[in-house]
Amino acid sequence: MSVEIEPEKAQEPAGSGPVGPRLARPWWMRPAMHTGIIGAIIGYFLGHWLGNFLSWDYARNSLSDMNDFPLVLGYVIAVVGWLAGLGVFNDLGRQIVGKPVPVAEEEEEAFGGVARYFRYSLDHKVVGIQYLVGMIIYFCTAGLFAMAIRTELLSPTYHIMSASTYLMVVSEHGTMMMMLMSSVVLGPFGNFLMPLMIGSKRMAFPRLEALSFWLTPAAFIILLSSVLIGGFPTGWTGYAPLSVQATQGMDSYAVAFGLMGISICLAGFNIIVTVINYRAPGMRWSRLPMFVWSMVTVSFLMVLATPVLVGGLYLLILDRTAQTANYVNTLGGSSYLYENLFWFFGHPEVYILALPGFGIVSEIIPVFCRKPLFGYRVAGAGMIGVALLSFFVWQHHLFVSGINPEMRPLFMLTTELISIPTGFIYLVAMGTFWKAKIRLTVPMCFALALYFNFLIGGISGVFLSDVPADTTEHGSFFVMAHFHYTIMGGIIFAFFGACYYWLPKMIGIKLNQKLGYLHFWTMFIFFNSTFLPLFAVGMLGQPRRVFEYARNLTGLNDWVSISSFLLGASILIFVINFIWSTVIVREREVGNPWNSRGLEWQVSSPPPPGNFEHVPVVLSGPYDYGVKDAPPVADLTPPVGVVSAAYASAGTASTGVEA
Amino acid sequence: MAESQAPAAPGAPEQAGPNHGMRIFLIWIVLALVADLLIWFLWYPHLPPGRMSESAQHQQFDIAVLGLAAAPVMLFVWTYFGYTLVNWRHRDGDDDDGPPLFGHTGIQASWIAGTAVIVLAAFVFGTVELIVPDGAGAGEGPNPVWKPSGSNVLQVQVIGQQWQFTYRYPQFGGMESTQLLLPLNRPVAFHVTSLDVIHSFWAYQLGVKADANPGVDNVAYTTTQQLGGFTVRCSELCGIWHGAMFDSGRVVTPAAFLAWATRTQSVERRQGVLAALPPYALAYDPTVIPQLGEQVVKVAGITGANGYYYPPSDPVQP
Amino acid sequence: MSLPARIATLLVAFAAVVAGAVFIVLHYLGSSLEVVNYSPEASGGVVNVVMQEDPQNSVSSRPDWVSYFVQDPKTKAWVHTTLFQVPANTRVNMTILGYDGCTPLRNNFWSKVQGTIGGGMSVQQFKTVGKPLGPPRRYSVLNSWSSCSVGHTFAIPSLHVFVPMASPNTALFNSSACGVSPCTSGPHSLIKFSFMTPKTTGTFRWQCFVPCGGGFLDGNGGPMQTLGFMMGNMEVSA
Repeated sequence: MSVEIEPEKAQEPAGSGPVGPRLARPWWMRPAMHTGIIGAIIGYFLGHWLGNFLSWDYARNSLSDMNDFPLVLGYVIAVVGWLAGLGVFNDLGRQIVGKPVPVAEEEEEAFGGVARYFRYSLDHKVVGIQYLVGMIIYFCTAGLFAMAIRTELLSPTYHIMSASTYLMVVSEHGTMMMMLMSSVVLGPFGNFLMPLMIGSKRMAFPRLEALSFWLTPAAFIILLSSVLIGGFPTGWTGYAPLSVQATQGMDSYAVAFGLMGISICLAGFNIIVTVINYRAPGMRWSRLPMFVWSMVTVSFLMVLATPVLVGGLYLLILDRTAQTANYVNTLGGSSYLYENLFWFFGHPEVYILALPGFGIVSEIIPVFCRKPLFGYRVAGAGMIGVALLSFFVWQHHLFVSGINPEMRPLFMLTTELISIPTGFIYLVAMGTFWKAKIRLTVPMCFALALYFNFLIGGISGVFLSDVPADTTEHGSFFVMAHFHYTIMGGIIFAFFGACYYWLPKMIGIKLNQKLGYLHFWTMFIFFNSTFLPLFAVGMLGQPRRVFEYARNLTGLNDWVSISSFLLGASILIFVINFIWSTVIVREREVGNPWNSRGLEWQVSSPPPPGNFEHVPVVLSGPYDYGVKDAPPVADLTPPVGVVSAAYASAGTASTGVEA
Repeated sequence: MAESQAPAAPGAPEQAGPNHGMRIFLIWIVLALVADLLIWFLWYPHLPPGRMSESAQHQQFDIAVLGLAAAPVMLFVWTYFGYTLVNWRHRDGDDDDGPPLFGHTGIQASWIAGTAVIVLAAFVFGTVELIVPDGAGAGEGPNPVWKPSGSNVLQVQVIGQQWQFTYRYPQFGGMESTQLLLPLNRPVAFHVTSLDVIHSFWAYQLGVKADANPGVDNVAYTTTQQLGGFTVRCSELCGIWHGAMFDSGRVVTPAAFLAWATRTQSVERRQGVLAALPPYALAYDPTVIPQLGEQVVKVAGITGANGYYYPPSDPVQP
Repeated sequence: MSLPARIATLLVAFAAVVAGAVFIVLHYLGSSLEVVNYSPEASGGVVNVVMQEDPQNSVSSRPDWVSYFVQDPKTKAWVHTTLFQVPANTRVNMTILGYDGCTPLRNNFWSKVQGTIGGGMSVQQFKTVGKPLGPPRRYSVLNSWSSCSVGHTFAIPSLHVFVPMASPNTALFNSSACGVSPCTSGPHSLIKFSFMTPKTTGTFRWQCFVPCGGGFLDGNGGPMQTLGFMMGNMEVSA
């Protein structure tokens, strides 16, 4: 049989070779989270001292009784210490002095058990699980802040929190969600599943992948620590000059968000290189699962948009510490500069939050319709179109801010155009459902809910893109409802669907299906009852981030608040299900419970170290349901010599990528 | 777009079943018509922001038309999915796969064309609704393009500061007030600026929203049409009391407005307030106080840091 | 790990998370600022409230921040808070001692006294407590830009009360300003004005409009945005 291959482009790690038997050091002497924490503490004090040393004579410090320099440097050097303590720089050091460096595959079997989840592990499956647990923790923490917001909004006049506490809570919720949930799908599922889906045994850059994960707890803790120093008052957008004026808590925001930007950028970069270079023979671009397409397109957004954010936040830190005036109008800077830098990142950011959701549901529905994905090329074009157009729409956040008025019809056009590729995802779903054999399993329910929610969210986006309508809707709860429908109704529902679908694969344990259905129905009902009235609340004149509102809106706000408490309870059902199933019951799941044709399902659950015993040869696409005599997805044990012979002749064969 | 079946896949004989496409289409068309009628006759007259000003009325119309277009789109998707969930659920014991339909060029092309047409129509409509009511109440920046014609435009400067709006009327000697009164049937130009951080002037029932940036004159236009009160809220997070930064204004008869404005002007002139205010300008640099000359930069508290943003050894201005 | 070990670890982790959340909630919900209650002191529809504003405060972790203090009506001690409570539908006679020196207003419109009963305020300058420099004088406008005369303002925007606080005599302030807070001696101005509380109960914020947050951009950060310093709440109770 002829084998299609891509020429081997994998990088050989420098100086690789046998590392020798691992020294049997006790667990507490090997780098892991505990040494990371020690490194972080040392780094913080070092940075704090350095900051004071550099800025002791600034006049503003004696007037304001606060100095941002030591805080910022403390955070930054604490992160360096955290990473050093985890052992992130160890392999770099080994390479510098010419010692052999362990290869990723050797790492996996060397240290098993629960301990490897607390280490800087090079196994992409371990990193995926680390991300999963981390993301659930971050989501629940930010969700608790949301409960606090809704508690305060129960009454327009009686305040349980002071104004500054309320703003701090609002800002924490928004920032934590927006910065950390960017990786909520790509982190756990992208990292774990994507190599399996393309037939690879590893990611291209396992160290970058692990680094991108270990930056997230650092960013999370730094953001949470702002609560101890008074919080920050700007919301997740951090508009200057308010952010230049704010007290010390603002520094946490800038450093944490910047760290997450770096983490996101590294993760995306890794995904792109892996998908381009590490596909198994026969895995043409036209056979890639739609989930992998979404990962690739979202990774381009991550790599290209986050540097702008990091730059903008760096300028903000400079304004606050070194007293530059980048964003201060009266001293020669411009408040518009921050707005544009932020939203140039901010708009692709929300598509970073939307595209993986599309990828997951496009992956799930063929399995439970037992039909091919309708319009594969259209779906791919949709993802690429959304990703491309997302860079051309950011000024729609600034329609009333005083930008050049003639730009607004242009951005109205581009924003409305982006609904065309978004619509492709719906076309693909609707075609897949035509004459299908629909099984309403828990993952399928979540996928359907995404289509329902995102429709409402997306259409409300069309209302917002229309400039006259946006005049009333901008900055009001209408915008809040819109983005909660698209982001929470989109990627978070997809995340939970993916959990129910892929957890049997990832850890070999079934989640309780009854609790799953309970979780789904309560979450779906209360999500809609929480956010649907908010469209009305916004149109009736309540702006965002306010703690006092018109009395005639009390009824609506109370309904929303009570719904949100019930929504929080439904998420609690998931957490209970997750912990109960994975820790207490541990009902084993092996094989392919959903009978999926995905390549990842053709190996055992959980996958063996090294993923595939031999390099698989891919024979057909993953969506060939209903095709009579369809070949299996891949040949997992190709005859000996076939693959190597094909590689040997690769030098003379054409290397065109077949679409 | 009502296709009854996809091309026959190899080995899957098509049965002459019910015409699903036609059924979906019929259910949808009925629901869409009912929804659109409800939207236009029941909902449109009460849609925010109301009809108190020209910009508000055009926004109301714009939102209603968008709703008329959005409802059928959403109903189509819901009807379709509902139909599939009712008709094509998996039956117990049936372990076959569904028909291998990989795509259909006609449907795909029609969908792309249809959505493109809807989107472009929405764009044209939105642009028209933006231009016709002189910018639809949105802030147009310092160089507005769509302005009301005529020479009796009332100029009102809205000054946002932490945490209160004040209003200056240059046509009345530059008098300043914490109350916003407007005359009926008069085009109004709001010049929105800020003295510190970014605020946003949102006159809800007037359908006016313009961000207030320090040192920038953001112009928004509207024409008042009805008497009554309206809410003014800050809609850009500006610090701790952003949530409490709201106010109310009134549209009154031209005679009442003239009486109030001239009275306020003369009271302020008599009390020396007019002389104490800076000369009317489209934006104010708080570091420059005309009465105090250039010395103000060193006066405590104007920019913070006791008058300078840099320590004494550094230059004061970059 | 065996099942009992897993359950035990789970319970410990759960307890730790709950403890952490409860700690944070209690720490932040319970406001550490005292509300000085003037309602019991009201009689005949009138209540007298006394406050002072100082150039620094020696009692908090931010000693360089300017701050208001409220006098406890019973003990006559100065409390470091900006929260006070008065009854509804009552005439509030405010007496404010202004110890802090002058800063020009960012918006000189606030030089005009607004919303007070009788439309003005009375100002008397003092060399120190008990030593007036002259009789009280009434002002309806205190122009902060023409002479160094305004220190801070006291404004309740939702009741349309805006009152500039006169600063003490400049020469005296430059030579012998009060340096330890709450101030009990030193040059100061005594400002008196009155306003009516509304008939309905509620919380009404009050703030200063002078950019007096030294070291912060536009002078509006720090003490200007922190409860207990230059802004606060007036609770109107039944």
